[in-house]
Parts: sequence; structure tokens; C-alpha cells
Amino acid sequence: MLKILKYSFYDLMRSRWSYVYFAFYLLLGVVLLFLNNDLSKAVITLMNVIIVLVPLIGTIFGVMYYYNSKEFTELLLAQPLKRSSIFLGQYLGVAISLSMSLILGLGIPFVFYGLFMSNAIWDFSLLLITGTFLTFIFTALAFNIALSNENRIKGFGYAILLWLFLAIIYDGIFLMSLIIFEDYPLDKLSLVGTMLNPIDLSRTLILLKLDISALLGYTGAVFKQFFGTSLGLIISFAALTLWVVLPVLRITMKAKKKDF
Amino acid sequence: MSNVWSKTITVCSTCTVQTIHEALQQAREGDTIFVKKGIYKEANLKIDKSITLIGEGLPTIDGEAQGEIITVGADNVTIDGFRIINVGVSYTTDYAAVRVVNSNGFVIQNLELEKLFFGIYLQKSNHGKVLNNKVQGEAVTEFNSGNAVHLWYCKNVEVRGNDVRNVRDGIYLEFSDDITITDNFSKNNVRYGLHFMFSNNNQVINNVFETNGAGIALMFSKVMEVRNNVITKNWGTAAYGLLLKEVNDVNLINNKFIENTVGITVEGSNRLVYSNNDFTSNGYAIRVKGACYENEIINNNFLYNSFDISYNGKINDNKFESNFWSNYTGYDLDKDGIGDVPYRPVKLFSYIVNRTPETIILLRSLFIDLIDFSEKVSPVFTPDDLMDENPRMKRIDHDRNKGFI
Repeated sequence: MLKILKYSFYDLMRSRWSYVYFAFYLLLGVVLLFLNNDLSKAVITLMNVIIVLVPLIGTIFGVMYYYNSKEFTELLLAQPLKRSSIFLGQYLGVAISLSMSLILGLGIPFVFYGLFMSNAIWDFSLLLITGTFLTFIFTALAFNIALSNENRIKGFGYAILLWLFLAIIYDGIFLMSLIIFEDYPLDKLSLVGTMLNPIDLSRTLILLKLDISALLGYTGAVFKQFFGTSLGLIISFAALTLWVVLPVLRITMKAKKKDF
Repeated sequence: MSNVWSKTITVCSTCTVQTIHEALQQAREGDTIFVKKGIYKEANLKIDKSITLIGEGLPTIDGEAQGEIITVGADNVTIDGFRIINVGVSYTTDYAAVRVVNSNGFVIQNLELEKLFFGIYLQKSNHGKVLNNKVQGEAVTEFNSGNAVHLWYCKNVEVRGNDVRNVRDGIYLEFSDDITITDNFSKNNVRYGLHFMFSNNNQVINNVFETNGAGIALMFSKVMEVRNNVITKNWGTAAYGLLLKEVNDVNLINNKFIENTVGITVEGSNRLVYSNNDFTSNGYAIRVKGACYENEIINNNFLYNSFDISYNGKINDNKFESNFWSNYTGYDLDKDGIGDVPYRPVKLFSYIVNRTPETIILLRSLFIDLIDFSEKVSPVFTPDDLMDENPRMKRIDHDRNKGFI
């Protein structure tokens, strides 16, 4: 598996897209810092970008890579290799290279700007950690979709739909259900609703760490009580990890049974 | 006050007069009592003559929690330079460190009050001064704590340069008119930093309110001037920077509201002028709860607030003009510094949050940005005349000291 991981990783590192992705984040980081002149403000703007773009790029890139390297995959399948290690290797190669572009692209300008001297370092690390989680989650989901669909167009369609659902539609449904059930106590419901969507979970985690929670009055306090404690933080990260583990498990299951 | 026949009495542990109580009994109208450094365990000191009581080197008067410590019942009394500790706590009587009753021309200055119930309690007293006192309380709950400076039916009093912390209300006024409150610092108070009830024609200038339950609460009062104050970090479930309830004809000028849960909550208040204020990083900058008419919001900076304005109803009778909004996305083609498209400060999401507070968890989500955007393009739920026709393109540089001496 490690060999395949290494191959996929180097293959992607050499590819143009990784550089474009890396350059995009580098540019974003530099521009934000020079326009804002304020680390914590820049972190908020970055959050908006990360919770929307990282999942989108993770999904599209994952699906794209799978379909593009399909012939090579078939070649590998003819060798005496475990199926799970082939697909996991490819998955990890994509996810790790994407995460690296993200971390380096954003990290370099911030480090040069004096991140280690600033107290925004924890907010920033949280931002990168959730960004990495989101990359892993959405690449895994993308591999699932690609494995289940032979037709590329369909695969891409589902991938976009998945992103659209989790990034936008889910929040719409969530909002509607909160309004419909407004006569009932909603604290638990809104916590559960947040946990179920990795994008919402990441957004809430970052927002609450940025101390905006203090500005949100009563309900903000309830969420802060949950997410602000170490237990809440552990549960949130456990939920994010679960979001990585479950799709990865499905990748191995699906790969075992699939006909090529 | 003092004349050539007035004498001075000195109190110290080695003097002929060893207690303040004794000195007060010996003193006659116009006398001055000097109290040397030391600890005086005395309570229930009654001043019923026009005397000047001066502490040298900050002597301590320890009330040993027996009740009130100094009660002033005469005109033209000065109390200067004491550390007064251990006021008795009672649930039936408002014991104070210094109480002034039915007296005029008092000056209370340079006191340090600790372990207190009520600090300086002015009752039906006029034309006095409360200057440069330090009050450090230990209040945790509202019901068993008192106020640092408390004015009840007073007129023409100057409250300046006091530092009040950890009490219930930093400064409290009830039925008190023509009071000037300047240069005070009010921090960590359980309820309000400054609290007005039924008090008119007052001025609040150059004060700092930090991390109180609420910064300033103005209730049932009219014709006030609130200028050059800094109101910051009033965080919590029911915390406001400034609470306005049933107040009319108030000018709020040149204040700074920074990082409060709600900058200003306003309810049932008319003919208010908000101008040249900075609202920075608040949850809500201004939250209008209804029945507010003919208010003007002019030349303010609204910077990075989660919500700039929140409204309850669909009716708007308030004027928004020439403010700078950091959330403004319009353009200025004719380069006159005024945006060419009006700005709508009320977001649809703020309506939703008003209705169902739990939806706040969706703040900054893409879906919310989308519905806010569509509401901005064609208002359906928000008052369509609620907008700033001339939003500024650049932040206004408020010089807080200009035109103010």
C-alpha cells in the first residue's frame, strides 16, 4: 500500500493541478494578509473560503483522479496486490497531496507574516486541522461515488450534487426544520444537526474558537458550553474522524466486491 | 466655609483626640479635622455640622460590619482621603460607607472603599461633588450587593473620576436630575456600569465601561447627553453595551461600542440622535425592539459586526444617513466618497434569529449568505425603506477630543 501511496503522491506532486491549488492558497494567504493587516480578521475570511472551497476541490479532484487513473488501476489489479491497499493507497495519495497544498499554501504566508509571534496561532492551527479533515472526508466521499459509478458524467454529477447538498441544501433544510419546530426546545436538535454535517461542524468549531460565540447571546452561550469544553471538542473531532473512517471503510468494501 | 475663628482638630493614636467620633463631637461649624495615618475601628459616625474631614496618608476606617460608617446630615461637608472598609450587609437596610442625607454642597473625594454594601449613597442632596473615589466590591449576585455610587432624588451633582468595580451597579441614579457623570471607570459590575431610572437632563461624558453585566442602562428618562464614552466587552446572555428603554430626546455622540454581545438595545425610545459613534465587532450593533420613532442614525462607523441593525417589525420611521458600513459592497463611480447604491443594514437572517434564536448556529454558512443576498436584491421581509441612501465609502475618522473641552 505504501508503494502505491508513494506513487500516487509523487504523481500528483508533479501534476499541474497540485501546483495550481498550492499557488491559489499561497496567493489567497498573501492577499488576505496584505489587505487586512490583521491576523484574526484574515482567519475569519479564510474560514469562509475553507469551508466552501476545500470540500468542493476535494470532491472534484478525488473523482477526477479516480477516473483518470482508471487504466493504471486496472493494470495494478492484474498484479498480486491486495485490492484494499491499491485503493487506499490512491485515496491517501490524493488526500495527503491536497492537504499538503492547503497547509503549505496557507501556512507559508502566515509564517512569514509572524504567525508564531501572534496569539492567532491556535485559531489558525484549528483552521488548518479542520481544512485537512474536510479534505480527507470529501476525497473519501468522492472515491465512493467514483467507485459506484462507471459513467464519468454521472460520477461528476453526483459529486457536485454531494457538495451542493452538504454545503448549501443541508443548511436550508436545517434552517427550515429549526423554524418549523421553534415551539420545542431546540438546543439538542441544533447540536445534532451540526454534528451530522462535516461542513457545519467545521464552521461551528472555528466560529466558536474565534470568540464570536461571546457575541451571540443566550444561544451562543449554549453552544459555547458544548463546543468550548474539552469534551465537546473531543466529540466534535470524533465526529469528524468518523466522517473519514466510514467512507474509507466503504471504499474497501466496495473495492473488494467490484468487477472490473 | 472656614473662617478665621475655625480651628483644626488632629486625630491620631498618640494625640489627645484619639477617635474620629470624639473629634466630631468636639468640632464646631467650619472646623477642620485632620486624621493621621492609622486604623480607626469606628462605625456610625454622624456628621451634623459643616466640617471638613481630611485623612492624611490614607487612614483606614474599619466599620467591622456593624452597619453604616459615615452619615452626613449637614451642608458643606467635605470628606477627603480615607480608606473605608467593612460596611455591614443587610437585607432590610441599605447600609453605606458614606451616606449624605438632605444636605447641600458636599464634597466626597479620594476615598477608597472596600468590602462594602453600598458605597457612596446620596439621598435628597444637591449641589455636591463625588470625585476620584475608588470602589472595589466583591459582588457576585444582584440581591445581596449594593451600588458603588447611588443617587436618589439628587440635583446638580458632579460625579467625576471615580473607579468603581465589582459591585452591583457602578453608578446608580434614581429621580435625579442635572447630574454630570464624567471620566469614570466602571468595570466588572454584576448588573450595570451606570444605571438611570426616572432621571432627566443628565450628562454622561468620557467614561469607560468594561465587562459589566450591561454597560449603561438608561430607563424612563429624557433629555440626556451621552458623549465620548467607551463601552466594551459586555458579554453574556443578556448583556448590552447600552440599554435604552422608554427614553426620549437623548443624544448619543462620539461613543465607542467594542465587542459587546449587543451594542445598543433600544425599546420604546423616540427622537434619539446617534451620531459619530463607532460600533466595532459587536454581535449586534443596534438592536431595535420596537416602538422607536423619529430616531436619527447619522455618521457612524459600523465595523465588522455580526449584525449591523436588527429590527422586529416591518415599519420604519428612523433615519439612517451617511454612515460607514464595513459590510457595504456598493461602488462609487462619481468618486464623491458616497456609495452610489443604498445600503440595507437589516439582514434577513437577523429576522430569522429574532424569531428562532437557535438558528444562530447557521451564522456565516453559505446558505445564509445566499438568502441574505437575495433579500438584499429584492427586500420582501425587511422594511424596504430602511436603508442608508448615502453610505460612505471610507471609514469616518472620529476625533473624540475635537470640539470637546
